[in-house]
Amino acid sequence: MQKIGVFVCWCGSNIAATVDVARVVAAAREVSGVVYAADYPYMCSEQGQDLVARAVREHGLNRLVVCACSPRMHEKTFRACAERNGINPYQVEIANIREQCAWILKDKDEATAKAIVLMKAAVAKALLDEPLAPGESPVTKRALVIGGGIAGIETALDIAEAGYPVDIVEKEPSIGGKMAQLDKTFPTLDCSACILTPKMVDAAQHPNIRILSYSEVEAVRGFVGQFEVDIRRKARSVRADLCSGCGICAAKCPSRQADSEFDAGLRKRGAIYIPFAQAIPKVPVIDRTQCLKFRTGKCGVCSVVCPNHCIDYEQKDEILTERYGVIVLATGFELLDLKRFGELGWGRSKDVITSLQLERLTNAGGPTEGRLVCPSTGREPKRVVLVSCVGSRDTTDRGKTYCSKICCMYNAKHAMYIREKYPDTDVTVFYIDVRTPGKGFDEFQRRAVEEYGVHYIRGLVGKVDVHRDGTLHLTAGDLNSGRQIEMEPDLIVLAAAVTPSPDARRIAGLVTASIDNDGFYVEAHPKLRPVESPTAGIFLSGMCQGPKDIPETVAQAGAAAVKAIGLLAKDKLLANPCTARCDEQRCSGCEICVQVCPYGAITAEDKTVVTLEGVRETRPVAVVNEALCQGCGACSAACPSGAMDLKGFTNREILAEVDALCW
Amino acid sequence: MQKIEDLMRAKAAAVLADGAADCVLAWKRGIFPYDHAPALFRRGDDLADLVYDVFCPANLAKYLLATSRAGERAAVFLKPCDTYGVNQLLKDHRVVRDRILAIGTPCGGMVDVKKLRGAGCGTILAVKDRGDVLTVTTAKGPVTVAKGEVLLRKCLACKGNAYQIADDEIGTPRGTPPAPADRYAEVRTLEGLSPDERFAFWRQELSKCIRCNTCRDVCPACTCEQCVFDHPGSGVDGKAYVDTSQEALFHIIRAFHVAGRCTGCGECGRVCPQGIRLDLLNHKFAKDIDAFFGPCQPGADADSPAPQSTFRFEDPEPEAVTRQDDRRDRHA
Repeated sequence: MQKIGVFVCWCGSNIAATVDVARVVAAAREVSGVVYAADYPYMCSEQGQDLVARAVREHGLNRLVVCACSPRMHEKTFRACAERNGINPYQVEIANIREQCAWILKDKDEATAKAIVLMKAAVAKALLDEPLAPGESPVTKRALVIGGGIAGIETALDIAEAGYPVDIVEKEPSIGGKMAQLDKTFPTLDCSACILTPKMVDAAQHPNIRILSYSEVEAVRGFVGQFEVDIRRKARSVRADLCSGCGICAAKCPSRQADSEFDAGLRKRGAIYIPFAQAIPKVPVIDRTQCLKFRTGKCGVCSVVCPNHCIDYEQKDEILTERYGVIVLATGFELLDLKRFGELGWGRSKDVITSLQLERLTNAGGPTEGRLVCPSTGREPKRVVLVSCVGSRDTTDRGKTYCSKICCMYNAKHAMYIREKYPDTDVTVFYIDVRTPGKGFDEFQRRAVEEYGVHYIRGLVGKVDVHRDGTLHLTAGDLNSGRQIEMEPDLIVLAAAVTPSPDARRIAGLVTASIDNDGFYVEAHPKLRPVESPTAGIFLSGMCQGPKDIPETVAQAGAAAVKAIGLLAKDKLLANPCTARCDEQRCSGCEICVQVCPYGAITAEDKTVVTLEGVRETRPVAVVNEALCQGCGACSAACPSGAMDLKGFTNREILAEVDALCW
Repeated sequence: MQKIEDLMRAKAAAVLADGAADCVLAWKRGIFPYDHAPALFRRGDDLADLVYDVFCPANLAKYLLATSRAGERAAVFLKPCDTYGVNQLLKDHRVVRDRILAIGTPCGGMVDVKKLRGAGCGTILAVKDRGDVLTVTTAKGPVTVAKGEVLLRKCLACKGNAYQIADDEIGTPRGTPPAPADRYAEVRTLEGLSPDERFAFWRQELSKCIRCNTCRDVCPACTCEQCVFDHPGSGVDGKAYVDTSQEALFHIIRAFHVAGRCTGCGECGRVCPQGIRLDLLNHKFAKDIDAFFGPCQPGADADSPAPQSTFRFEDPEPEAVTRQDDRRDRHA
């Protein structure tokens, strides 16, 4: 017989200020099946859990209903509490009367009534809860890091140092990511390459790290501890095992049509190219869309000049299938495409550039060897304008509502670069607000103003006219003085909003990670589980989770590594017992469940079943592989005949909850 | 159609005689000239009863469920629109391909006897199909009626004269009724109503239901071992009679269950003794699936993935639905 105890938490005043907990307790005592009900200020505290333990002992409870915060917060806590007291942990139900009730309602009567209804629904489900026992599954002790920027490199190094093998999959020909393109880094103005390239080398030389560059994740199967991943190794058309990285092929390539991705389009590259001098691996790739050999069949210069005979025009993409215990997403960011910001001169003048292009123009390894020039004339600019928030904090549909976080600091950095090297050049920054929280950050920005004489004007650039002779005319509003400003800058630098990598969405689909409205990966809990995806075994590192600077990225990368190591260190994982179960008698074998299952956990197999009419027959029915099933419930929702059911969340239980809510 | 009928009888006799089929699914003459019924013929049965004319709208595909299950190989006469149902049964793995001998049977449109009566044919004694016109012998003498005026509603949304599956064909394809300019015209009209008006329409329409389950029985997509509404453990069985909202739910849930699998054959709307426009409900789903996932015709083949049970990266996000509703509401 079910003996249910109902425990109503005040959560201090979080719940008790809006919900009359005493009335919830009184209502619970009236519900059939409930033999005990009590309230307590903090049910999750030791004293609260003692209260539960005492009640279980004294009243012989065999199911618990806890009316408290979200189950994502404390379901684990109370399941453990139940288990210690001899109750099956899957016979515990949480009624969320905080997030879904107290926090969203103001009127106490209304909130109390809702809390009572939520409690009744939880009791209705608890009455039907069956005991479940989790199985065990092994852990493959190898990590996959998707993305080889600073975030991915740092995570990989930390995991490798702990003794586990790591694969880094990078879609570009070299690891390094955006940080490799930067000139200097704030707030210390140390050279980006000087701190990044040694890490790239460490990663390349680490015995536990394998770098799979020019590769993309194509399919992911399995689940935490046992992911099976197909990685497409795109054909480089160059044999990496023979190549010495001499670069003669790239130097002699007659095709010079393609924009260099690494130099942000400020330089042309060959069809065969090494993205930058410090690339890892230093093996060129042939861009087949550009290569004359692939386009016309004539050329083959690279093959002729290569001293080691590495060029292989016949090379094909290869699929590498590997097993991993954990996957870390470090897919980084891109800049917002500014094609809809034509009024700022974008696309109309070569002298309107992005901040990333400015990094390349000031970088000694860049197209001008570090000489800042206007791209149109090749002359040094005398007046430079930096525009903040281009597409950031923008509520129109061409921009992003969020703050890109790094732009205020890099604008100050860029202003300082320029004033340092070219003291005669005037630098003006247009901004909405200057946002510089962070260690040494505000001091850094103030130095730009106070020591470097950078003009900061609070206001928005309205438009940029491009004259026939190529000169620029800028109109802006000064919000502090209310005056309109007219300027004739030589160079305009737009701080474009950061956006998630365009690949992030595809990868989210592959690993069933959640993404927010802007396309950033969602963390399992914004405060308490910031580096984990809600999907078990998937961790988040760097910009892919939201805008952040390098120090934050590295910190998060390390945190993600620790979480990954924590998992890899285990030999076995407890499997989720809430898996799907098929009622073979009612299964029609239509295989809708097979198609909707995101984990490949269901197959149709011929089985001998006794039909509802009592006839023994052999026919295909759905069979669930419990080791693969993650309990998402997609099959149970899709099954038209109700043959597929989810243990712990059965159709009957859900309907019982709905009935309790409705009556 | 006399000639086709003869060809069908000969074909049925041949396949039964040479063992190509254990049984033949066809239509059998009724008491009146317009109430032919589906029938199973076996060796030795009198094939003179086998009939085929403008009063054979029933889709025989669903009967394959029983013959296939019994391990019998059935020859089945299929009008072009019926072939979609067979493919859907195959896709749902409800029938075994080897146990079906699909015989494509030409169709020039089926006639609605109610419309015929409305066209001045009181007591119908005989009907002669002359292509575009019907000569009806009534108690009061012969009447000539334009066939286009008296076609079944489902024939007005004819999908054409191509067989989607056929092992054999008899006769030559016939002209089909003129294709409607807009297959979803009526759905569009409904969409143009305000939510309250739409709700009122469907509440009125579905409240007529007497839960006879004919729609379910005739539907080639409704083939569960046991329907959830009959499953005592499902928690929804027996709820159908409490009030009209639950009758409505039966139809709404059924429409969800067949969404993406409904071939649009229109049989549900045709057989409903209460005249409920169930075809409209299913057409709404079909139209939305077309709009969100690209053109899709369930039953056009037996193996392409169903749009709603497979995920593609280019699939729309859920807000596509609200966006569509917003746009419509703005226009309304």
